[in-house]
Amino acid sequence: MAHEKTEYRPYLEPKGLYNWFWTVDHKRIGLMYLYSILIFFLLAGLCALGVRAELFYPGEQIVDHHGYNVLFTLHGAMMVFLFIVPGIPATLGNFLLPLMIGAKDVAFPRLNILSFWVYLLGAIVVLGSLVGPPGSSWLDTGWTFYTPYSIDSSTGVIPVTLGAFILGFASILTGMNFIVTIHRMRAPGMTWHRMPLFVWSLYSASLIQVLATPVIAITLLLLIMERVLGIGIFDAGMGGDPVLFENMFWFYSHPVVYIMILPAMGVVAEILPVFARKPIFGYRAIAYSSLAIALVSFFVWGHHLFVSGMSNWSRWIFSLLTFAVAIPTAIKVFNWIGTLYKGSVSFESPMLYACGFIFLFTIAGLTGLPLATLATDVHLHDTYFVVAHFHYTMQGGTVVALVGGLHFWWPKMYGRMFNEKMAQVGFWTLFIGFNATFIPQFIMGYQGMPRRYADYLGEFHDMHFLSSVGAMVNGLAYFIIFGNLIWAVFKGKRAAANPYGSLSLEWQTPSPPPLTNFDEIPTVTDWTYGYGDQQKA
Amino acid sequence: MFNHKDAPDGTFFNFHKEPPLVAYEFFKLGMWIFLATEVLFFGGLFAAYFIMKFKWPEIFSLGSAQLSIPLGATNTVILLASSFTMALGVDAAQRKDKGRLVTMLALTFLGACGFLVIKYIEWSGKISHGILPGSDVFFSVYYMTTGLHLIHVLIGMYYIGLMFFRALQGRYTDEGSSHAGVEVGGLYWHLVDIIWIFLFPLLYLLGAH
Ligand code: HEM
Ligand SMILES: [Cu+2]
Repeated sequence: MAHEKTEYRPYLEPKGLYNWFWTVDHKRIGLMYLYSILIFFLLAGLCALGVRAELFYPGEQIVDHHGYNVLFTLHGAMMVFLFIVPGIPATLGNFLLPLMIGAKDVAFPRLNILSFWVYLLGAIVVLGSLVGPPGSSWLDTGWTFYTPYSIDSSTGVIPVTLGAFILGFASILTGMNFIVTIHRMRAPGMTWHRMPLFVWSLYSASLIQVLATPVIAITLLLLIMERVLGIGIFDAGMGGDPVLFENMFWFYSHPVVYIMILPAMGVVAEILPVFARKPIFGYRAIAYSSLAIALVSFFVWGHHLFVSGMSNWSRWIFSLLTFAVAIPTAIKVFNWIGTLYKGSVSFESPMLYACGFIFLFTIAGLTGLPLATLATDVHLHDTYFVVAHFHYTMQGGTVVALVGGLHFWWPKMYGRMFNEKMAQVGFWTLFIGFNATFIPQFIMGYQGMPRRYADYLGEFHDMHFLSSVGAMVNGLAYFIIFGNLIWAVFKGKRAAANPYGSLSLEWQTPSPPPLTNFDEIPTVTDWTYGYGDQQKA
Repeated sequence: MFNHKDAPDGTFFNFHKEPPLVAYEFFKLGMWIFLATEVLFFGGLFAAYFIMKFKWPEIFSLGSAQLSIPLGATNTVILLASSFTMALGVDAAQRKDKGRLVTMLALTFLGACGFLVIKYIEWSGKISHGILPGSDVFFSVYYMTTGLHLIHVLIGMYYIGLMFFRALQGRYTDEGSSHAGVEVGGLYWHLVDIIWIFLFPLLYLLGAH
């Protein structure tokens, strides 16, 4: 059959809930995931503001102690399981992966929509824990569900853990789909070493998704059985071992932090070269360090248990291995900075986010080191220092990269431009609010302020107050940012197919792309980062 | 107006249609990845087993002594045999031999039924003696491991049954059809078998019988 040029029709049509819910198009699934996770981002964010509101002053302010426990538990559980783990892979990843490798869709489009439905089911089950009186049934164990308390607590441990169990299937389906897609669906000429680094990062994250998630599945299942049948495996009273739960939990939950951060690093690696007009520096080093991180991340979980009862030898080895993760991480940071060096850098909003990421994530990584050091961790464990550390990784890192990526690809996704001024205002509000929230937490954590307490000693008041003010600014920033993006969808200027002059494949098709992405599967002849060559020409 | 029925093939969900011709390797690679997830899932469980056994060696050998080696061994043989018939079925599908494929699937299904019957005898025997999950750590681990394995057997039986009816219709052996479905089902069934191969000695052969 001769090739006929089909009439251009953006994937956003036809409209209507039915056509979206039953779609198998990866771009639509990506957007539906995006809307869903942002709803939970909002809910979990409001919980965080509740926590910070309580902590403006010492003593009871707006909630009692149980209410406070519920707030930080729901905040953590929703942020982790419903927002940030699906996070970048299920949204930007779903949307971009086939476009970036020149494919029409992912390998298993039906499993892809199944993943979304399973996600929704899991989300509903998690929310099911809110049915019932808040005082006795809303979960208060912390997002880590540590035994023995999670066995005894009268609150909704079962719905939340069951929900997280179900969400794991969604995550596995996405990971499996991405791996097969990357192996089997690359366009002709798209060799492994020509793939965009975002694809490499998705590949590494997918490996972790499929290998780590089953372990949390069995862990949560055992916990549920503990509550339903009293099997006693985690119950010291019956001969079981509560620390075994901690080990199994972190065997998943440490690698999972790299499911969160690797795709974020990939986003940054896409944005930097475009706005520095330079090829990415150290392509292979960045690509392989993703794999290295994925591998090593499976052998460091013990650093969460340094004070939970563990032999000196294991402590020593886990500390050493944790330091080892910092090496490939640092390799990436150096290569990003190498990309900027002598580039003609322009600071449009996606670039601001990318640079903001480098700055904040460097702080995150560096503060991980005193936590990985045995002597200092004894002092810092379970203080606000840890809280600040992981918020620099997760909000300063993953969320900043997600939002930056949304700005970068928004014109591709909706064919509309947002207001650039507003976007910059949004970025700086976020940057200032975020640092104002968490720098004080580093300081008071170092001074000994423990985490997860509704009350505190007067001497911590200044820092808590500052942190709470910062949190409000931080919250405000997201309303500016997403207000601007949503405005763009309806009122923004029409975007060109390739507004930033990127060389990557997803920009070589109309904005928004047609249903089948490309009229013709493209043939690739070079890597996607040849910006310097352009300049020479 | 543009209707979803006019959409390009494979773009919209449609229950009544075969999946778009997904290449054979897609299925196989996908299945191998799925098997890796299964290994880690049971790996977590085995980790719990070893920690508990390390802590309570006497409870484990006493508990193990109460399991029946003849029944466990019979089940091992049955599962091995059903894995063998499944492999023959895959071979028949590759050779497009419909009759033999149908026979092999039926035999595999029968083997799975036999496994269930013996499992029923074992469990009901234990339960009637008041040995339940939570009786001691050994039996908690016993019920968890064999129970989760049982769920995998049931899922396998569902899929083997499905394959049986599809095979009868010639969906794997007709001209131009793909037998990837059988191949993938075979891989899954072998995994279920292998997990049992580990469970049998770990649970049955510890005790001073
Ligand atoms: C150079 C890299 C990193 C190092 C050396 C490091 C080290 C550590 C250590 C030792 C702890 C345990 C502290 C304690 O509980 O006493 C910790 C906690 C944590 N880290 Fe990191 N980390 C690194 C990167 C990351 C990244 C990239 C993320 C997420 C995207 C992350 C998320 C977390 C979380 C969520 C916790 C604590 C969770 C909790 O207890 O609730 N870390 N980190
Ligand atoms: Cu960790």
